[in-house]
Amino acid sequence: MGEVKVLGASLSFFCCRVEWALKLKGVAYEYLEEDLKNKSPMLLQSNPVHKKIPVLVHDGRPIAESLVILEYIDEAWKGYPLLPEDPSERAKMRFWARFTDEKCVLSAWAACCAKGHEREKAIESAQESLSFLEKQIEGKKFFGGETMGLLDLMVGSLPNWIEFLEEHGGMKLLDEEKFPSLYEWAQKFINIPIISERIPTKEGLINYFQGGQNSRHTTGK
Amino acid sequence: MADEIILLDFWPSMFGMRVRLALAEKGLKYEYKEEDLRNKSPLLLEMNPVHKKIPVLIHNGKPICESLIIVQYIDEVWHDKSPLLPSDPYQRAQARFWADYVDKKLYELGRKIWSTKGEEQETAKKEFIECLKLLEGELGDKPYFGGEKIGFVDVALVTFSCWFHAYESFGNFSIEAECPKLIAWTKRCMEKESVSSSLEDPHKVHGFVMGMKKKLGIE
Repeated sequence: MGEVKVLGASLSFFCCRVEWALKLKGVAYEYLEEDLKNKSPMLLQSNPVHKKIPVLVHDGRPIAESLVILEYIDEAWKGYPLLPEDPSERAKMRFWARFTDEKCVLSAWAACCAKGHEREKAIESAQESLSFLEKQIEGKKFFGGETMGLLDLMVGSLPNWIEFLEEHGGMKLLDEEKFPSLYEWAQKFINIPIISERIPTKEGLINYFQGGQNSRHTTGK
Repeated sequence: MADEIILLDFWPSMFGMRVRLALAEKGLKYEYKEEDLRNKSPLLLEMNPVHKKIPVLIHNGKPICESLIIVQYIDEVWHDKSPLLPSDPYQRAQARFWADYVDKKLYELGRKIWSTKGEEQETAKKEFIECLKLLEGELGDKPYFGGEKIGFVDVALVTFSCWFHAYESFGNFSIEAECPKLIAWTKRCMEKESVSSSLEDPHKVHGFVMGMKKKLGIE
């Protein structure tokens, strides 16, 4: 159903969400790797507002912002629903999706960068955010229930990213003892084949931040 | 069984106003509960334990938080009347994108306009106008962002308009001079009862901001 392109960056944990969603829906797409230090005319034209990846281009029409893209993918292609049918469950999932980006991602980064007195507070804040996610996954196979949902895709690239931040910053965030359910979900999730095919790894992130840069041009399925 | 709808809100909040507007568009009756944000009610803390913020919609005992999520919820549950999101997936994505843009940009920039001075304030004013001009471009020649009728982006943005007088006064600039089409759109929206009954008086908002500045020790 139409031509699908993904403009992305292989180390971005926002981009892999989009590829995972397309794979779950069985949608063929062309992946185009962006050099974020030298953005392509296509990217600048497709996302003139933010000039960021990921961008999904479907039949020549661009959609930007990963959460907006995920909802679009769910609505444009039937099969493997990413959001539940019940409106209050949908609202809950959207709430936690925003929470992941606004709190978990930012607080993990802040904990890595914090120095001195601020560090302990920042780590506490990041772990508080993770404790909310722990409660959401407790007793469930996936955040989506029996099958993966939108929230699994939103949270999915976080564990590797956190592992990288832990090593880079010399601290522990995703503690197996404090967050057993989240930890268990993470270990299983990142080893699911369609997920592990396209996920930023700790090694890749370390390599990138140390000056080397991974870049691949691939065609996804 | 009649629906029980409660809205936990704070009168000057442009986020709370979005929910009031969505409920008005759908013709829904609800109980409005004013929160004192310096002394949050046990109900608010129970219904929004994560952020402890308003607005919170409580529908038949179940809480929904975050204004745009609430508006989408209202649109989905009461889908038969005055739809706010279009039915086409691409149009829906565009509406969500622009509502998200309003969320990401306007509140912070607006806050800087009334709470800072000098270069920081000038930068905020400039960026604020740039954002509004971009939104003007998106509106184009349409009467509303939703087309012929008010839609999701209209709801997300129009509630900021009752704060414009405060921004202009404390920032010493004219939004209408820079963005006349957008101001024309706000006036068009205000002709609708659902909008005029949901937005606060700009002078009252101005007084509120003045009070905030005094409290925070900002001249």
